[in-house]
Amino acid sequence: MEENIVLTMRGITKLFPGVKALQNVDFTLRKGEIHALMGENGAGKSTLIKVLTGVYAMDRGEVCLDGGEPAMIRSPQEALRRGISTVYQEINLCPNLTVAENLFIDREPRKRGLIDWKEMYRRSGELLERLEVAVEPTRQLGDCSIAIQQMIAIARAVDMRCKVLILDEPTSSLDDDEVEKLFELMRRLKEQGVGIIFVTHFLEQVYAVCDRITVLRNGELVGEFLTAELPRLQLVAKMLGKDFDDLAQIKSMKETERDSRQQAPLLEAQGLYCQGRVKPFNLCCYPGEVVGFTGLLGSGRSELVRTLYGADRPDGGTLKLRGKPVKIDTPLQAMMHGMAYLPEDRKRDGIFADLSVRENIIIALQTKKGIFHPMGRREMENFADKYIGLLQIKTAGRETSIKSLSGGNQQKVIIGRWLLTNPEFLILDEPTRGIDIGTKTEIQKLMLQLSEQGMSIAFISSEIEEMLRTCSRMIVMRDHEKVGELTGGDLSQEKIMHTIAGGGSDNEQ
Amino acid sequence: MNNKGAKGSDTLRRITGHHLFLPIVFLAVVLLANVIKTPDFFEVSYSNGILYGYVVDVVNRASELVILAIGMTFVTAASGGQDISVGAVMAVSAAVCCQILSGGEVSITAFQNPLLLAVAAALLVSMLCGAFNGLLVARLNIQPMVATLILFTAGRGIAQLITRGQITYIRVEEYKLYGSYIPGCPIPTPIFFAAGTVILVMLVLKFTALGLYVESVGINSSAARIVGLNATRIKFITYVICGLLAGLAGFVASSRIYSADANNIGLNLEMDAILAVALGGNLLSGGKFSLMGSVIGAYTIQALTTTLYAMMISSDQLPVYKAIVVILIVVLQSPVFQQKFRDLRAKLRQNTAASRKEGAAS
Repeated sequence: MEENIVLTMRGITKLFPGVKALQNVDFTLRKGEIHALMGENGAGKSTLIKVLTGVYAMDRGEVCLDGGEPAMIRSPQEALRRGISTVYQEINLCPNLTVAENLFIDREPRKRGLIDWKEMYRRSGELLERLEVAVEPTRQLGDCSIAIQQMIAIARAVDMRCKVLILDEPTSSLDDDEVEKLFELMRRLKEQGVGIIFVTHFLEQVYAVCDRITVLRNGELVGEFLTAELPRLQLVAKMLGKDFDDLAQIKSMKETERDSRQQAPLLEAQGLYCQGRVKPFNLCCYPGEVVGFTGLLGSGRSELVRTLYGADRPDGGTLKLRGKPVKIDTPLQAMMHGMAYLPEDRKRDGIFADLSVRENIIIALQTKKGIFHPMGRREMENFADKYIGLLQIKTAGRETSIKSLSGGNQQKVIIGRWLLTNPEFLILDEPTRGIDIGTKTEIQKLMLQLSEQGMSIAFISSEIEEMLRTCSRMIVMRDHEKVGELTGGDLSQEKIMHTIAGGGSDNEQ
Repeated sequence: MNNKGAKGSDTLRRITGHHLFLPIVFLAVVLLANVIKTPDFFEVSYSNGILYGYVVDVVNRASELVILAIGMTFVTAASGGQDISVGAVMAVSAAVCCQILSGGEVSITAFQNPLLLAVAAALLVSMLCGAFNGLLVARLNIQPMVATLILFTAGRGIAQLITRGQITYIRVEEYKLYGSYIPGCPIPTPIFFAAGTVILVMLVLKFTALGLYVESVGINSSAARIVGLNATRIKFITYVICGLLAGLAGFVASSRIYSADANNIGLNLEMDAILAVALGGNLLSGGKFSLMGSVIGAYTIQALTTTLYAMMISSDQLPVYKAIVVILIVVLQSPVFQQKFRDLRAKLRQNTAASRKEGAAS
């Protein structure tokens, strides 16, 4: 065997009551490699990571470090001691402490029993410099961007001499620039011989940075591949376990191009703006079309749709629906005018974690009806059952609380919630983020079906490919401003990139 | 046979899994302890047209607490915090009511102003107190504990100001009725106030969507806004409701002693009300709530207090014993303990299933 192996996992099996979460899975990590762990939600990625970091005890199998004897890792602390560090998507640091404190928490340099602050700042400075993370050690962590926070979490792991670094969905909340910075850091660590396990949903990122890919499906190992030898489509097919032509099918659905422009516009915005969030813009949306809003994270695409919906109160401009001027200052007014908005942050703005699937589905319709017209029990149950069936929501029952559902199914519940209000204008802000590919495709298909039935849809996604597949028109945003509108032949990745970048290269170094 | 057994255990699971299971068990345990200690606990006697007995006493004495606990439940569910000013608001309400009735005198034997006016004014002022709290919490986003601390400290002072530092006595038979007995009715009047409040609030919950709104706002106010709810207004309303109910409790308490004693009416009752909410299985961090749980919690606390009195424990030692019982109950309801409980139940189920299988094999 190769001698530069840092980690071997063999025959890992983990049983949960009634489920085989992992079955006989092998995984090998070499020194100085970035190894993607891929699979749909529920494929067993997280379970494998949790077994490796000692959160779960495995039922069968062995873990060897540095090609040595099988090691027992019983707790996350033990994993850390043995050189396995994990950086999660939700950063497990303290935002109200300084960068240096976060780097050295629990292992502060001491002098005569007291914390040696000078030494701590010095070592922090050195460490950050070595990793080329541009941040002052004395700064409060909460003031740093998410990307910097993530890098600090990584720096902490690196300083603890980790041999295996696990990055669990580190890029979900980063924009392209920040992702690139993170990748640079990962490459630098790779040169230093750290083995990196990279868990992500973004295919592009895998191809940008990873050397190898291990694919899991339903708790079983599909295989280990060299990135260079596995084309994208095949990777998707391996993750889904079937020859997947649904993606192609979506394209053909869209190709039955409907000429919606002949109809009167459903929504017209003139000079609508919201101070500090989105600059004045004009916008027309027609029944039966999917309009995409693209731009970098923070470009104002979410802010634009939030202003339309009244989630952010517009400071000026006019809005017409079906030719009639309307005033929308609050979400409820928007709902009354037939609008619906699926927010970007599902956890923060979408789900009511402790409420049941049923209550989560009917809540929007209930507020639309008003407090004095409560829905009957039977009525609610019928609605809930209808959408659980229609959207194929995987849940134990309608009274199950939504927090026990997977991310994709939670998202479906929220889509059901809005469909129930029978909207004419549906805003979907990142409906497919952090969702497995199967559900993603379902949601894309649903969007096209709904638009065919005459609904007007505003769609935001970080994945341009996904938008190209579904949108007939795209609005491009930059620096809180609408900078372009692309249709027909202009809808190509290059053209969009070009518009996002602003034609010239003055903004770049 | 087996089938029947399975069915039985299924019902058992449904009962033990019910959200009111633990609150009811606690109440039952406290009552049981009473029966052992005082065999005549459940005895109710009837003389002079009035019902007597420990149970009647518990239910009667718990009335104000029940009313407070309902308001506290709403506030807790919607804002994830508690209103600690309710005891003081009770005193304010009593002061307003008595001051209007007495027309400024220290002690009167006939109403100086109509009773209806006095009660309406008292309830209005209480609602204003609630609105003040609601404004601070819902509008200015101040932590509930801090916001209501203002009236908690200032409330009794305000009550003193209203009564000009005196204890105002209303020595009118008609006023005493609401805290004692209506002639010809063997049941103490406060019980009707408590029951009426519970029924009314239940009806409100049944015929409006208030319950769902309150829970939604309490669980995730940001998401509530997106689905068209006005989270600020809903939180505000719960504080107004809480203030109103505190005012009602204040009126009943004042009628019991036919006076406005600013220093003693509702003293420490806010803590009992919070405890009642917690005993009812409600999370103090807000979200889903059970009104019946809080009501049962309130009766449990009063039963406990009465029990301790019946055991000849003096009132200054009372808090110690109360604390011990509370610790027990709260620990039993803690998530860690609940998990242990569930594990144990699963294990038992497995064991019985295994033994059944064995039995079938042999």
